[in-house]
Amino acid sequence: MVKIEDYGEIETAWCPGCGNFGIRNALIRALVDKGLAPQDILLVSGIGQAAKTPHYIPCNAFNGLHGRGLPAATGAALAHPGLKVILTSGDGCNYGEGGNHFLGGLRRNVDLTMLVHDNQIYGLTKGQASPTSLEGMHTKAQPHGVHLVPFNPVAVAVSLHVGFVARGFAGELEHLAGLIAQALEHKGLALVDILQPCVSFNKLNTYEWYKQRVRKLEKGEHDPTDWEAAIKLSYEFGDSIPLGVIYENQRASFQEFFPVLKDGPLAGQGTDYGKLKGILESYA
Amino acid sequence: MSRDSLNIMIGGEAGQGLVTIGQVLSKCLIKSGYHILVTQDYMSRVRGGHNTFTIRAAARELDSPTEGVDLLVALNQETLDLHGKELNSGAVVVAGQDLTCAGARCLGVPYKELAEGRHVNTIALGVTAGLLGLDQELVADTLTTALGKKKDDKVVAANREGLAASFDWLAKQEADCGVLPKPQEAPPRMMLGGNQAIALGALAAGLKFLAFYPMTPSTSIALTIIAHADELGVVYEQAEDEIAAINMALGASYAGAPALVCTSGGGYALMTEGLSLAGMTETPIVIAIAMRPGPATGLPTRTEQGDLLFALHGGHGEFPRAILAPGDVKQCFEAGYRALHLAEKYQGPVFILTDQFLADSLRALEPFGLEGREAVRPGGQGKEGADYRRYEITPDGISPRRLPGMGPELVVADSDEHTQQGHITEDLELRVRMQHKRMLKEKGLKAETIPPSFAGPEEPETLLVSWGSSQGPVAAAARRLRDEGQSVGTCHFSQVWPLDPEQFAPRMARAGSVVVIEGNATGQFAGLLKKEAGIIAQRFIGRFDGLNLTPEYILRQLAN
Ligand SMILES: Cc1ncc(C[n+]2csc(CCOP(=O)(O)OP(=O)(O)O)c2C)c(N)n1
Ligand code: SF4
Repeated sequence: MVKIEDYGEIETAWCPGCGNFGIRNALIRALVDKGLAPQDILLVSGIGQAAKTPHYIPCNAFNGLHGRGLPAATGAALAHPGLKVILTSGDGCNYGEGGNHFLGGLRRNVDLTMLVHDNQIYGLTKGQASPTSLEGMHTKAQPHGVHLVPFNPVAVAVSLHVGFVARGFAGELEHLAGLIAQALEHKGLALVDILQPCVSFNKLNTYEWYKQRVRKLEKGEHDPTDWEAAIKLSYEFGDSIPLGVIYENQRASFQEFFPVLKDGPLAGQGTDYGKLKGILESYA
Repeated sequence: MSRDSLNIMIGGEAGQGLVTIGQVLSKCLIKSGYHILVTQDYMSRVRGGHNTFTIRAAARELDSPTEGVDLLVALNQETLDLHGKELNSGAVVVAGQDLTCAGARCLGVPYKELAEGRHVNTIALGVTAGLLGLDQELVADTLTTALGKKKDDKVVAANREGLAASFDWLAKQEADCGVLPKPQEAPPRMMLGGNQAIALGALAAGLKFLAFYPMTPSTSIALTIIAHADELGVVYEQAEDEIAAINMALGASYAGAPALVCTSGGGYALMTEGLSLAGMTETPIVIAIAMRPGPATGLPTRTEQGDLLFALHGGHGEFPRAILAPGDVKQCFEAGYRALHLAEKYQGPVFILTDQFLADSLRALEPFGLEGREAVRPGGQGKEGADYRRYEITPDGISPRRLPGMGPELVVADSDEHTQQGHITEDLELRVRMQHKRMLKEKGLKAETIPPSFAGPEEPETLLVSWGSSQGPVAAAARRLRDEGQSVGTCHFSQVWPLDPEQFAPRMARAGSVVVIEGNATGQFAGLLKKEAGIIAQRFIGRFDGLNLTPEYILRQLAN
């Protein structure tokens, strides 16, 4: 039996009150709920405050480069289908620096869970605009306000028929843990975009700001298998921000296209020199 | 007339099927016991333009292409206009009746009449094969296999008829392009290009993961691996870009799959960020770079050895690496095999540097033995158990490598400077120890460096030094000079990093003068020899017009 204590407390470098704590706790709760022990999981991340999460949870970890968490997670998940691979990174990391990988990853549909700590700002580099910053937000780097149209990761994911797309909020721990648990269960790529207050730099999207706007989708209110309804819902981000599973379908995961992965991790599989000999002979 | 070797050039537009003709002829020559060496020159376009496929054939082993054409198969007028002046004395031209080949012994083939709606390139193949004295049945069977057809196919029947018609037509002509002496013996040989050999060598070492983004001239490495991936249980993916490719490969390698990425200069430029990650996380990875001329997009389909220093210095920060530079197709296989083993042992990046010339150069090879070969076994190194530390500081710098999810150990890898457990640290004293530990691996790599191979007199008046694909042309040039009575030796490096001066500096010092020959404008390797071993080359001969080095080119430069 996996217990919360298996994931005990680790000292972090996050600011007191940061939304990352809520996400970390919700993730641990979901892992325990699914019976996943530290050895069973691999946390992969890029760079940023959010991307430090793998250091703050006992687990296997690959803390890679800014924006490149998803490709690294993809490789690991393909090499070892038995590992529960979870990507945890920020909005700048996943949607900005890693934008092309995000698009490629959504289309590829590798079986892994992608948790994006979406604080609508760059935390680690001290408060510049991120791809999800709202238009008009002022920062030192955007003194006249952000001119760019905010990226809508949820809408993009739904538009590409990603198998599991959800939005959570770091201030709603129970609810978020439930979403993460569902994401962990999903076969294929699961995206949970998580609203995460950055108490140090994002003075616009505060706990209060989010709290006034988020609403949990009620049972029966939305059918996540209805793609058109999901598209519509994914554009709801303003005075009202829906939390919950926005879209769900059952596409074959990328791993399923490789019969060799049914036999477990690639590391254990060795090389069939008999077959290789035949291959070499075919060049004669 | 009998010749020691024949140079057969097929020229035409892309899309005219000249590669098929060339490959079938090459295969037939090999099956008849000959050695071949192919050079391909093509433009960066899918149709049109001017391309050539040149086969040098001989009954003896060949190490280098040569200039001058003995048999020119012209599929269009442009081929005649461009290459007419390269014909050797006694050369024969095979061309359509409608083309003008002034001054040469020209076989005007009535393609329309012979083809009767069949493919013209089958007729060209038939006439050429006939001229070379190849067996008609052998040509027909090889063509059938090359087309991937079944013997009872309609297309196959049409091709057989086309070949028969062209052999019959040729028999009525008086044509002779100079016959090669019959080979003494014909052991079974394979036909392989450099890129195919790299791929097969990597597969022999237990490659399990490939990620790539297409870029000429590296793509055929990926395509060869993918062709055998299902059979050998290799997972592969065409990534969204080179950055993704190398990061995917690193993720896979971390999780235990021996991994390779392949690209050319521009793609490698994007990979350098991931290369540095491999250095910091100490993750095994093989990076195969098939060089082409730069800077930037350069000459996409041509050859150069211009990225040596970039391979050596790519990536931010300092970390050890090894760079293999195979000189021929056989060495490509060994490099593919060795690179994976080195990467695993030293837990970091290992390069294979090849170039378009070697990548596309088909050659006849005796089958590689697989006896004694072993697949890389990741994750077996060092201590296990609960107190496992991924980056434990050890006397040789090699830390215990375990795989995530394969045992009780938690495996933590980090791009930030880290503790022995793998966690982020800003302990600057530890930083020094960690950097020292990583750099220690260079010592081990150096001890395993493949020594350069010397040939010719011990103390030659002139020593010709080369690396990578220049090996053959330089060896051939040296042979010709020795035949003229000159004292010329050669020294070839099939590994260019790390360099161990003890392996070569004393012998180089005994040469009258050292001439470094490489396919670039600045003498990159010459500079490296100077920096690493204090060897100052008296001369540097570079080629950077996009074409491969030839013995003739080298001799012309030496004579200048
Ligand atoms: C290639 C590269 N460019 C820039 C940086 C600097 N950098 C570190 S974190 C970061 C932004 C992080 O923002 P986000 O992903 O939103 O994470 P947060 O810190 O807000 O959690 C940047 C730009 C880097 N480490 N690497
Ligand atoms: S800077 Fe913002 S995101 Fe980073 S730890 Fe502090 S509050 Fe959290």
